[in-house]
Amino acid sequence: MREAPLPALQVEGIRKQFGALHVARDVSLSLPRGARHALIGPNGAGKTTLVHLITGLLRPSAGSIRIDGRDVTSLAAEQRVTLGLARTFQISSLFPRLTVAENVGLALAARTGIDIRPWGSLRRQSAIIDEAASLLQSLTLLDLAHRPVTDLAYGRRLVEIALALALKPKILLLDEPAAGVASEDRAMLLDLLLRLPDDIAVLIIEHDMSLVFRLAQRISVLVDGAILTEGSVAEVRSDPRVRDVYLGTRAHA
Amino acid sequence: MNRQTVLSSSPQAVVARALTRHRFSWVDLLPWAVIALVYVVADTYVPLGTQVIIMIIFALSLDLAVGYGGIDTLGHAALFGAGAYGAGLVALNLSTEPITGLLAAGVAGAVVALLTGPLVLRTRGVTQVMLTLAVSTVLLEVCNAWKSVTGGADGLAGFRIAPLFGAFRFDLAGHTAYWYSAGVMAVAFLFCKVIVNSPFGLTIRGIRENPVRMQLLGVSVRLRLLMLYAMSGVLAGWAGGLTAQVTKVVGLDTLSFVLSGNALVMLILGGTGSLYGAILGATVFVVVSDRAAAINPFHWLFALGIVLILAVRYAPSGLVSLFEKGAARAFGRKSG
Repeated sequence: MREAPLPALQVEGIRKQFGALHVARDVSLSLPRGARHALIGPNGAGKTTLVHLITGLLRPSAGSIRIDGRDVTSLAAEQRVTLGLARTFQISSLFPRLTVAENVGLALAARTGIDIRPWGSLRRQSAIIDEAASLLQSLTLLDLAHRPVTDLAYGRRLVEIALALALKPKILLLDEPAAGVASEDRAMLLDLLLRLPDDIAVLIIEHDMSLVFRLAQRISVLVDGAILTEGSVAEVRSDPRVRDVYLGTRAHA
Repeated sequence: MNRQTVLSSSPQAVVARALTRHRFSWVDLLPWAVIALVYVVADTYVPLGTQVIIMIIFALSLDLAVGYGGIDTLGHAALFGAGAYGAGLVALNLSTEPITGLLAAGVAGAVVALLTGPLVLRTRGVTQVMLTLAVSTVLLEVCNAWKSVTGGADGLAGFRIAPLFGAFRFDLAGHTAYWYSAGVMAVAFLFCKVIVNSPFGLTIRGIRENPVRMQLLGVSVRLRLLMLYAMSGVLAGWAGGLTAQVTKVVGLDTLSFVLSGNALVMLILGGTGSLYGAILGATVFVVVSDRAAAINPFHWLFALGIVLILAVRYAPSGLVSLFEKGAARAFGRKSG
């Protein structure tokens, strides 16, 4: 007997306003398990706000958010994380004075629940050390493991991704993962994103269209806080309205 | 130091090395050497030494909350006073056995932390400072008004403390009190060391650095801070309990704003977030205050002021930083 699978992430009619400013107008999104969904749109369209709403850093004025069918609209951000929701930040938000290894260690400790243990040491948690090592290796961060994040000239973006992956999420929200990544590292990043486990649902916000077209199966276009259109990569690429938004003809119309 | 060998440069070893920790080193023995030296060489300073030790325990407690947890508090005396009254009340009403009283003092400190923490830890910055101040003030007023239990402005007095382990009487010269306090300080220091090295300690550092990200790693930030505050409360309670048992009086001054403020000055003078700063700061503060007051009972604060001005000018991140610089110069820069 097979039930119709519930979407991993379902956003329904989300609305958010700050006074008279509407930053999200009836936004709906549905990501089945394993989805590769891109959210694109011009600057100021409300993409990051939407990520804040989904993760729980902001409360919506109306609408609902469901993870695996469970309504999480009223849950705190940390509770949503324990249900399998992880994100990266557009402007990297890390632990600057801690080393790269400690940053990742924090995420692993949080996921495995040993972050609450006031004795012993992470050094002696061989499972965590192994996982941190392989994660850092796959992101080519191992050489930087001992450096405090604040010392890193580059690679903060990769540490962001490492933290999110360390949580073994079911749903991964990537807020401009390629911004600030050197061009020689982009191929590695894309490769990494393409190799993400199949059962993770990924929502990616990105301005690098070549990356979006390689990665995404579906694309939603957000303009002024509302979904302009949603469709397959081919549909969105050929949609004249999308081209207008990006080329700015709308402003002249 | 260890050269990297081929064996130890496996990815796992690289990661393990990159997780910093507070090692035990010869520096950890220094306070105990001083404690023993004072006992042998300067017997008359044993009571002063006891005061220093008690303030070190209190400053360690404050370092956990402020230096590691980033909790801004000007009301830490609430936890100290809870311990003092706890130990005093136990001695008066239940048992004169000192360890029992001390354990009760730790529990009292933790209970006050757990009860007031949910209120205090909701906020940050100036609001938090005001709330901690309010909590300690309210507690002080309660103890002032509730004469039947706390003795009001007269405080608690007239209790006895039985010999330690049934064998060592608390003598007039204060020798037992001195070693008793030193023992408690050893336990307190180990307690802190274990906590800051633990996964929980790393989480606390993460929360101080970036609470929002910590939340988005799935960590209940407020709950972790409450745990830390309770642990800090145990140590503050011990410090207060020791004061009660050693001086055999408990007064409202154990809850006073002055005590909270002094402890903060000690910690900042020594340096926050290293444990050693708490030890050094409390020692300098108490000894300078005492000696200056002996020389000039009217203007002794003047000496303390000069010490603070010099510290701010030459060691703005605490006296401990001077030692670190000195050690770095003496042994060359060590990495990792």
